Amino acid sequence: MRPDYLVLRSLVKVFGTGENIFTAVDNVNIEVQEGELVTLLGPSGCGKTTTLRMISGFEIPTSGEIFIDGEDVSTTPPNQRPTTMVFQNYALFPHLTVFENIAYGLKIRRDSKENIRKTAEKIMLLVGLEGLAERSPAQLSGGQQQRVSLARSLVMEPKVLLLDEPLSNLDAKLRVSTRLEIRKLQQRVGITSVYVTHDQEEAMTLSDRVVIMHQGKIMQIGTPQAIYAKPANRFVADFIGKANFLEGRIGSLASRNEIVLDIMGQKFQVLVQPGSFSEGARVFLVVRPESVNLEPKKPDTLTGTVQEAVYLGSQMVYEVDVAKNIITVEVANPQEHMVFKAGEEVTISFQGKSLHILPYEEAH
Amino acid sequence: MRLIWKEPLLLVSIIAIFYFLMIFVLFPLFMVFKTSLIVDKQFDLSNYLAIFSKKYYFQPFINSMILGVLAATAGTILGFVFAYAITRTPIPFKRFFRMTATFPIISPPFVIALAAILLFGRAGSLTPFISRIIGEYSIYGLGGLVLVETIAYGPIAFLVLYGVLQAIDPALEEAAMDLGASRARVFATVTLPLAVPGIASAWLLVFIESMADFGNPMVLSGNFRVLSVQAFLQITGMYDLSRGSTLAILLLVPTITAFFIQKYWVARKSYVTVTGQPTGATIKRLEWYIKLPTYAACILFTGIVFLFYGMLIWGSFQTLWGVDATLTLHNYVEMFQVGKDYIIDSLALSTLATPITGILGMFIAFLVIRKKFIGRATMEFVSMLTFAVPGTVVGIGYILAFNQRSALFPFVLTGTAWIITTLLIFRNMPVGIRSGIAALQQIDPSIEEASTDLGASSNKTFRKITLPMIAPAFFSGLAFSFVKAMTAISAIIFVVSGRWNLITVAILGFVDNSQYAQAAAMSLLLIVIVLIALSIIQILVGRIGKGARSVSIVN
Repeated sequence: MRPDYLVLRSLVKVFGTGENIFTAVDNVNIEVQEGELVTLLGPSGCGKTTTLRMISGFEIPTSGEIFIDGEDVSTTPPNQRPTTMVFQNYALFPHLTVFENIAYGLKIRRDSKENIRKTAEKIMLLVGLEGLAERSPAQLSGGQQQRVSLARSLVMEPKVLLLDEPLSNLDAKLRVSTRLEIRKLQQRVGITSVYVTHDQEEAMTLSDRVVIMHQGKIMQIGTPQAIYAKPANRFVADFIGKANFLEGRIGSLASRNEIVLDIMGQKFQVLVQPGSFSEGARVFLVVRPESVNLEPKKPDTLTGTVQEAVYLGSQMVYEVDVAKNIITVEVANPQEHMVFKAGEEVTISFQGKSLHILPYEEAH
Repeated sequence: MRLIWKEPLLLVSIIAIFYFLMIFVLFPLFMVFKTSLIVDKQFDLSNYLAIFSKKYYFQPFINSMILGVLAATAGTILGFVFAYAITRTPIPFKRFFRMTATFPIISPPFVIALAAILLFGRAGSLTPFISRIIGEYSIYGLGGLVLVETIAYGPIAFLVLYGVLQAIDPALEEAAMDLGASRARVFATVTLPLAVPGIASAWLLVFIESMADFGNPMVLSGNFRVLSVQAFLQITGMYDLSRGSTLAILLLVPTITAFFIQKYWVARKSYVTVTGQPTGATIKRLEWYIKLPTYAACILFTGIVFLFYGMLIWGSFQTLWGVDATLTLHNYVEMFQVGKDYIIDSLALSTLATPITGILGMFIAFLVIRKKFIGRATMEFVSMLTFAVPGTVVGIGYILAFNQRSALFPFVLTGTAWIITTLLIFRNMPVGIRSGIAALQQIDPSIEEASTDLGASSNKTFRKITLPMIAPAFFSGLAFSFVKAMTAISAIIFVVSGRWNLITVAILGFVDNSQYAQAAAMSLLLIVIVLIALSIIQILVGRIGKGARSVSIVN
């Protein structure tokens, strides 16, 4: 397992000339391990698709290099790269049958007829397209078309499989089941994959690692857990899941790796990396709504007024005004918890380990 | 059906439209057919029995077919290369190339033949150079005709193929390339197969147009006899209505066959559907062996268009073409003196016919799309029919049908302004109907329902919602029918008279007398009038249709 199977080094892509230049991808560095599935996640216009198109060869980097399995492919044309792509709208050839679509690349490669038939049939069985070989793409459902597109790319046994929002044209239910299928298939085949999406849930369920992009830059690379629990900056915290932001100050260093935080006059003891914060520094705190506890108002605590209370069945969502900061609180399983109404005064609390501290400047 | 009875006005208009379609579309065609079956006032099949034995039938038929096939092939290739260059390569000045390539569509077609004579004719400007290279040649005949028809109707192929290539999702080509295909392989296995129905469409349309064309062969065919010209000569020269009608039927059969193949077979085989917004085009990294020939072809064709129309300008200032090359404005003076009446008639009749064409076309489109009544499909079919019928056939039909009273229509129209006006209306109406249908289909009925739901009456909904939305299509239909009316020749030439005559006929007369300079001057005037009319309509659309796109000349 090479740790540097796919390498993007200082990748930059600038569109336009003169006054109208636009930097779509700004100094992107990613290393993808062999067999790993990495997702590029970000809002539209963040540069994720451009990055993918540079890996596939449809865009040439303005500067920087792309290596696949140790080989520099930065300027190799797309038809000579060991990558294949699953397109957003599938891009199935409408004038060819399912079989001919899947066999297209093999034919170009001049495989023997017998070999093409065998390989294509095997892959059709793998993705569950048996019996549909002679259909035309127009006769297939959206999910089936998606599988043809996947089969057509997989059958080439590329070194890197690229997927450009492959589920965005499916309805919500099918999307959920298909993404699990894709993940299982990817792990079974063990194929190195780069997956582009703007859907964070998709990214979280599918990926070994997630690359969060914003305005052409990488905001954070990490496992889904790391990205959710320890966002590197305010953008990531806000983009992945819901987050409350609170301003605080490092009160004192309790020990080598424990600090006392001052949040709106209340003290919290939090474990940190040794030496990462200095006494008296201003910080931003990220608290996920599900980590906040609500109780009836108690003295000497952080208190606020419930502004809104929404019952969603599986959970209760509150908006609580704490000294003009609106804190969102999610309480799972409302049946087992006390329910508050708008206007009630409450105490909010959280455990030190569910606080994530961001340096003040990272948050802006 | 019950609804119809509740709207008597609607019922009356439907019946009226059917009556008009029968009189002005079907009846003339029937008369042509009937006349071809009558020899010496007797029913007689001899015309048809003689088709393959008599040279005066057989030769023009073969010639017209050859001309149609060659021009269609050349025009389609030209149109494809042009469309490919504009949709698939980063060629600079795309707008300029596109406008130049489509310019011949808005100019009277036979001016190309006129320019060809000025360039390559006996006294042509380029003739000495060319004969030095290829020896003696004559522009009159098949070779010259194919050249001229290709320039005149290649633009139609371009427009069809431009639409087709633009609708092919570039992601398909990217997918092929991604799977290892080279650019040439992508073209052969994806682009070309997907464009085949479009190519067939374009070919058939150019075939129909160049086979049915009258103006260019009239000027340039020489001894190469084609059906449209022969039919005209038989009727106006020999007064042989029966033989002329038979030639017209011979012309009608292949063109209408081609039309139906195009409309009902080729169109159905099309793969091209617009699949969401196309992603970025695959025009990065284009190999020189694609760029070089496509760019060269574009530049060459654009150069030819400029050469031909530039020649008209140059020629219009010469004292006597081929004899005295002193520059003069005399031709323009003479044109206004001699041609004043023609200009006024052309403007008056076209201006009269255009709004009627537009409103009638839009109304028929409205009936066909939004109302349900028996005979709806028939109405659409018949009203589109004139589009497929060569002008020569229509013209002969009109003189046969309206030079006497009949049980169906108790007026004699021959020699009046009405015969010209009705011919212009019914001949150009398909354009209005087509743009109307396209516009109405775009309007989601729920938009109108939303307006009604918010309290507007159906009358107010029509004025405030429907009308503004169909206005751009209506006006582009108007623009196109005005252009067609001003530049019409093939059908019109049969129904003009001493009292009512048109510019196009006058130009043809100048050409006939070898007064090429005057012909060129008048052609330019006609082009200028058409351009002015188009800009006025464009400005109107800009005022009325907020957010609507500009007038497209060709639907």
